[in-house]
Amino acid sequence: MSHGCLATLSAVTHRYGDVVALDGLDLQIRPGEVLAVLGPNGAGKTTAIGLLLGSLQVQQGAVHVFGRDPGARPVRMRRGAMLQVSGLPDTLTVAENLELFSSYYPAPLPVSTLLAMAGLEELAARRYGRLSGGQKQRVMFALALAGDPELVFLDEPTTGLDVEARRSLWSEIQRLKKAGRTAVLTTHYLEEADALADRIAVIHQGRVVAEGTPSEIKSRTADRRIRCITGVGRDDVASLPGVVRAEVSGQHLEILTARPEDVLRTLLALDPDLRDLHVTGAGLEDAFLTLVRAGDPQEEVS
Amino acid sequence: MATTGDGAPRLGLARRFCIYVLEARAQFLSLARTPGFTIPTLVFPIMFYVFFGVVMRFSPLAPTFLLATYGVFGLIGPSLFGFGVGFAAERDSGALLLKQTTPMPVAAYLLARVATALLFGMAIVLGLFLLGAFAAEVTLYRGQWFALAGVVLSSVVPFCALGLAIGAWVKAQSAVAIVNLVYLPMAFLSGLWMPISLLPTLVQDVAVVFPAYHQSQLALKVVDMDQGGSVGVHVLMMGVFTVVFLVVAGFGFRRAGQT
Repeated sequence: MSHGCLATLSAVTHRYGDVVALDGLDLQIRPGEVLAVLGPNGAGKTTAIGLLLGSLQVQQGAVHVFGRDPGARPVRMRRGAMLQVSGLPDTLTVAENLELFSSYYPAPLPVSTLLAMAGLEELAARRYGRLSGGQKQRVMFALALAGDPELVFLDEPTTGLDVEARRSLWSEIQRLKKAGRTAVLTTHYLEEADALADRIAVIHQGRVVAEGTPSEIKSRTADRRIRCITGVGRDDVASLPGVVRAEVSGQHLEILTARPEDVLRTLLALDPDLRDLHVTGAGLEDAFLTLVRAGDPQEEVS
Repeated sequence: MATTGDGAPRLGLARRFCIYVLEARAQFLSLARTPGFTIPTLVFPIMFYVFFGVVMRFSPLAPTFLLATYGVFGLIGPSLFGFGVGFAAERDSGALLLKQTTPMPVAAYLLARVATALLFGMAIVLGLFLLGAFAAEVTLYRGQWFALAGVVLSSVVPFCALGLAIGAWVKAQSAVAIVNLVYLPMAFLSGLWMPISLLPTLVQDVAVVFPAYHQSQLALKVVDMDQGGSVGVHVLMMGVFTVVFLVVAGFGFRRAGQT
């Protein structure tokens, strides 16, 4: 089952009271890959990371990291993590925090290397509490790498960052990838997963709804929006193959699809009077909807 | 570096010792750079001693008596605040969760906080003793000075345990208020501010439920000013309190781990 995988989640179900966060999730992390776990807020990404870090107890199913219990001490020595919600003492400097975390590991990276990797050289002597949000994220990134880990978990590393800070963290993650490290990255940006990952697992409502390379995932997303005035009814359009969503907007009909050519061919055949036609790129949220819909059995699109 | 049988890396003794030192240093620096912590914990016991032990003495025995009770009072401060409030803050900010994902030994984390409380406590004891010896003319045998310092400093163990129990249960925002609600009334009702014999009989009877009472009686025993209770009983009570606080803290962690 887990041969050759650094970490696995097998048929994992996790509940918080009545809320099902993970619903039979299966996920494998292969050596040397950057895996992006993509999903909307509340999809179960952070719960999956929490289980892989051993900070949550497994309720149902099996979780293994390096073939062991995810919370085991030898596992913690070979793994690094950047959490979504985490803090450090505000009154300690960047260098003091890095030095302390480095001391936990058998073969840590030198503090100077960590500072360079995260672009923090000039901030080494600054107290954590006086850093900006983006700078704090870079410190967290450096801490995740302190032990020179084989496997790094990055839980929404760029959430809340401005464009510049996000780009700079992206280039750090790409460097990590070039160095042959295995990383698991959660994100709700398809763009981010596309830029960084070798493989994307899309999760929704606690299950993997799609898995593949970024280009495979992109080809399956509804990335076109068709807007036109037509006599064909909304319900008829919605039932066409490849249509994710059809909505009436004033006089116009708006159609979200991954296959605009097929849809248009059919529409034009049905309605020769079709007019005011626009085909545009859909937003990422719309694109994402296709994958999510594809995962709901009652709304199978293909 | 050695490896265990299954090939997992292990740290040598020197490296493990280094973690404990760095963890304690980080904890000490973090608190020492927080004026909201250092000023009240260091200044209050010293200031009280200057007022009631040096400047206005209500009794010729006051300087010696207060050396013992303000010493215990002084040690409870950093133990409860550093441990209780500090722990609750690190848990709520996520700093603790982050550390739990690393191979940091839990013992290093806890001992660092005890060591920090002890360091602040040593500063308070030193300040009080210097004032006592040179400004209030307290005369004790050399053995008594050392014994008093030892008893006062040993307060870190039960009161760090109490701090941990509070920190494990309350939120960071309310931790300071809760600690003060425990700290100040307990200090008064245990006879740390004025001799317990001057308080109403009811208060004297109830005082046995407070760890600060037993700890201060042990300190007063050194200078022969205690209520006359048995050393064994006081030591036993402090041991019982410590165990109870650790158990309460343990339940708090278990509860936190489930949510």
